[in-house]
Amino acid sequence: MNSLYELAKEKVTVISGPYGSGKTNIAVNLAMSIAKNGKKSRIADLDIVNPYFRSADNEKMLNDLGVQTMIPIFANTNVDIPALPPNYHLLFTGEGFSVADVGGDGDGAAVLGLSHDDYVEAGYKMYFVYNRYRYITAEPEGALEVLEEIKRASGLEFHGIINNSNLGAETTEETIINAIPYAEKLSEIANLPLLLTTCPDWLDVENTVKITDITKKLF
Amino acid sequence: MGEKLLMKGNEAIAEAAIRSGCKLFFGYPITPQTELAEYMAKQMPKRGGLSLQAESEIAAINMVLGAASTGARVITSSSSPGISLKSEGISYIIGSDLPCVIVNVQRGGPGLGGIQPAQSDYNQATKALGHGDGHAIVLAPNSVQEIATLVGEAFDLADIYRMPCMILADGALGQMMEPVDFEAKPAREIPEKDWACCGHGGKRVHNIVNSLYIEPEKLEEIVLERFERYKKLEENEVKYEEYLTEDADIVLVSYGITARIAKTAVRNARKKGIKVGLFRPITLYPFPSKQLNELADKAKCFLSVEMNMGQMVNDIKIAIDCKKKVYHYGRTGGMIPSPEEILAKIEEISGGNA
Repeated sequence: MNSLYELAKEKVTVISGPYGSGKTNIAVNLAMSIAKNGKKSRIADLDIVNPYFRSADNEKMLNDLGVQTMIPIFANTNVDIPALPPNYHLLFTGEGFSVADVGGDGDGAAVLGLSHDDYVEAGYKMYFVYNRYRYITAEPEGALEVLEEIKRASGLEFHGIINNSNLGAETTEETIINAIPYAEKLSEIANLPLLLTTCPDWLDVENTVKITDITKKLF
Repeated sequence: MGEKLLMKGNEAIAEAAIRSGCKLFFGYPITPQTELAEYMAKQMPKRGGLSLQAESEIAAINMVLGAASTGARVITSSSSPGISLKSEGISYIIGSDLPCVIVNVQRGGPGLGGIQPAQSDYNQATKALGHGDGHAIVLAPNSVQEIATLVGEAFDLADIYRMPCMILADGALGQMMEPVDFEAKPAREIPEKDWACCGHGGKRVHNIVNSLYIEPEKLEEIVLERFERYKKLEENEVKYEEYLTEDADIVLVSYGITARIAKTAVRNARKKGIKVGLFRPITLYPFPSKQLNELADKAKCFLSVEMNMGQMVNDIKIAIDCKKKVYHYGRTGGMIPSPEEILAKIEEISGGNA
């Protein structure tokens, strides 16, 4: 694949994977890519477990690009309770394409199971985000455990793997290239296609898809 | 150098503790430190340890007291309101001369406050973690990498000086992800724990761990001995970092995550030709007073930058014998200062308008 846009094949694209794999970054980049391709685009922040670092942080930037945002009303406040966005149903009924950013384990993915039938009826593709450099889920076997956990909690099927292996600001060309065999191994043991490998937009690496780091900068 | 991996600050604290030979975690959930407890719950059973969610913070800290009495390495973690609850137990631990590590991933306060990052437990940590004459060592890492080294150091210091050591972090540091390399920390010599209650086997007189003394004369003697140890700690274990302080007119004093924001402000101020430097205390107790005092002979003034209303200001004033003026810039309640805001304060001071 040459662009994240090619991931948007059905009404709903679900982006899931272990905490810290870069789900939110991929989901936000995908929603932006859909909008830039002239299609109606919306993103739902369904990461209801983690109160920090979420797509809600990019609400203004997304709205400016014409991406509709569905964000829990308590996001970025001190209310630490799991809550869904009030306009959640637009995920299935809205025009164009929807992106769902989902929390990274069985507990986080329970929100998918809740609306299992809606995803099936609307049509969905679910992708697993893998980061070779995340502790615990670094090895393909560890990542597969989380993948199975999400499958069980959601009752949904995965359709492919996004290799988002990175070391944050310390990512180099070598970081990306060295991780590819591990992503291929995960693809093999999970019996899912490896759809693409990402690369931060400040680097040039062959056969990768560039993404922008949308994480809040504190310093 | 080992292989670098991405970790959240909370996860790195837990992993570093396990690698330091800590096999016991007692805690109670609270945002924003939850990943730490979760990591312990998942990892400890696989690595021959025990992770236990107690019925409350008070229960957890008393389990730490019990475990530490046996000489075992033990850790507990919480966030601001939970640390207040642990206060009684911490005082008992100090009064029993027990080593342990206590983590505070600070959030906005007072009261239940909020869940966003803060440094408003500075005074509590450095002055009165519990009642009575006593101290805990307080370490303030500023990156996930530094967490990896300081957690091991915390266990060593606790064992060497027989006192609790606090890792004072904050919600931002706990939640953010950075590459980390758990390279071996230089090994320190740990004294034998001949005071531990771990079974006398009929071969020696049994040990007693206790913080209650019937005679005031005895209690005074014990406290005085303890303060001799604090003196050694203050002489030998102060840690700090300096950045461009050599020729600085204005010295920013900042710790933890805020020091990284302050560093960016210093860089930007230098570009504008303002002579600014950064002094970062890594040990908040013992406070690097001597080093700051020396700086006060060269610098024109100091600017304390914290996520609170100025809790460190008095420590700086005492450290420098009020030789120079000490300003403060801070945000509170869970708000994080930006490099631009700090730079604006630097310019205000530099222009003589503060």
